[in-house]
Amino acid sequence: MKIKHTITDNTITISLDGELDASSSVLLDEELSNPSIMMFGKILVDCKNLNYISSAGLGVFISHLQRFEDAQIKLIFFNMQEKVRNVFEILGLDLLMTIVSSYEEAVTIAND
Amino acid sequence: MTNKIRVSCDRKNLKTIRAFVTDTLSPVHLSEITLNQIILAVDEICANLIIHSNREDSQKHLCLTIKYDGKEIVFELEDNGIPFVQANYLEPNIPDNIRTGKKGGVGVALVNRIMDKVEYSVQGATNICRLRKVVA
Repeated sequence: MKIKHTITDNTITISLDGELDASSSVLLDEELSNPSIMMFGKILVDCKNLNYISSAGLGVFISHLQRFEDAQIKLIFFNMQEKVRNVFEILGLDLLMTIVSSYEEAVTIAND
Repeated sequence: MTNKIRVSCDRKNLKTIRAFVTDTLSPVHLSEITLNQIILAVDEICANLIIHSNREDSQKHLCLTIKYDGKEIVFELEDNGIPFVQANYLEPNIPDNIRTGKKGGVGVALVNRIMDKVEYSVQGATNICRLRKVVA
């Protein structure tokens, strides 16, 4: 799993590349637990190259969601592969998290 | 068709297990989504066996056997760790998990929703988890 960031104003875009399982999700958890992430108003997660997610990966997002909501930080997923989106759907997480098709759509929602 | 792999209880081996499932099921014509769901279910059980049942003790091993008869795929997982007690299992409440920031506890729910049948048994010192998926 490779994690890259791009920062523009008060938005951080996190690009995930690889597979998020019980082994690699530790890296993502460290990333989202970093206090500096709370400086941003918007967190966009680019899932284009996220090829796999297990419950451990989902659990990382589940465990940080309330903290971001409490701080009024928007968390938006985009470019998600269909098979990865399906895993969110099995648990109904697609209804509890914001998942959109494209970067442009993510930016539009983030600026609403 | 029968195929078998034995790995040590190290979470880094989850990738090896997923590759083994992918290779073994390559002759079975499955959609990308169905194949991913099946790999996920096996991965979830293996992660639980490695992390919870065997406490990531790399001296311990788990064994995965895959059988396919043209209609049904059966995954049999064997280990010698602490057995999973299905009677103690509670379905997760996802909104509660979000509210409390809980990280774990949704893997078995995924397995139960993906597979047609999930059975746990103990034979002597060996725990057996059998997952069944009809694909025909």
